[in-house]
Amino acid sequence: MQKRIAIAALCAITGLILGFSTACSNATVKAAVKPERDRKTAPEFALKDSNGQTVHLSDYKGKVVLLDFWATWCGPCKIEIPWFMEFEQQFKDRGFAVVGVSMDEDGWNVVKPYIQEMKINYRVVLGNEQVSDLYGGLDSLPTTLLIDRQGKIASVHIGLSRGKEEFRNDIAQLVDAGHAAAADSGRALATLARAK
Amino acid sequence: MPLPLILAALSPLSPAQSKNVLSVASIDKLAIRRGATGEVKIKLQLDPAYHVNSNTPSESYLIPLKITWAKEPLIAEEVSYPKPQMEKYAFSPTPLSVFSGTFEIVTRFKAPADARNGPVMMPGKLRYQACNNRECLPPRTIDVAVPTDIQ
Repeated sequence: MQKRIAIAALCAITGLILGFSTACSNATVKAAVKPERDRKTAPEFALKDSNGQTVHLSDYKGKVVLLDFWATWCGPCKIEIPWFMEFEQQFKDRGFAVVGVSMDEDGWNVVKPYIQEMKINYRVVLGNEQVSDLYGGLDSLPTTLLIDRQGKIASVHIGLSRGKEEFRNDIAQLVDAGHAAAADSGRALATLARAK
Repeated sequence: MPLPLILAALSPLSPAQSKNVLSVASIDKLAIRRGATGEVKIKLQLDPAYHVNSNTPSESYLIPLKITWAKEPLIAEEVSYPKPQMEKYAFSPTPLSVFSGTFEIVTRFKAPADARNGPVMMPGKLRYQACNNRECLPPRTIDVAVPTDIQ
């Protein structure tokens, strides 16, 4: 444990000097997804999408979810949105979904035109103060969470992420972990059946 | 502090304190005769890690900095904002019109001819929205007040 902390500290110092993208890049990607035992349950919410339909986080149970808190007035958010559209396309058939939560005070009047302009291919809901409080205040945007298939928060990115590939690796890890668990469970059942 | 405690303190889902990165460094006091006009400077100090959109942002989606004065006891005749800087940020293909560091807003007030003599506060609200290259903070409105002596 102490060795791991020492390595992390060394990486942090090296990262400050050289930039995180080059220093210990593998270590930071691995560190982004928390171990399962350290994950907390993502707070449930009920928010309306642009069609007026209520969306619950629990609707996505069993899927890996990328939950992106953003706003139309947030420049850095606009860099990530095309990445998330790409991830939605790449991983949607593997039990993955992106949900955007707009924190615009002006509501759908500004959000709907932006969804259309950007051709956003994932679901967007309108956030509120209550959901902001549930998620710790959301003092900075973008704030992006990766939620595992059990509805637990596997990683949190505050502010513009260091890179698209970091996100992609985290998503792939969570998507594959779910598949591996399902395969393990299948093998265990088969073994049990053979034993009987 | 041990590293795990530092990491716990930085836990992103712990309740956040809303960041107030813009503060009023000073406000002039105004001594004004009834029926006359006078100017007040408000000096603002911004956290060096952030910028705020100017009063005339270069993109329509950006929230401008704006000061709004109450309708009494004085009449705000004109507000002058500083000349914005045009800065390039990673998230925008074109330079943005922003304020940063320390800057001043000047307001010209008129005291109504029938104003009551004596000390009063002239209230206003300053709305702004701050960002840096990596993150944006939600728009905030802070109260400002000009200590005024109507003579």
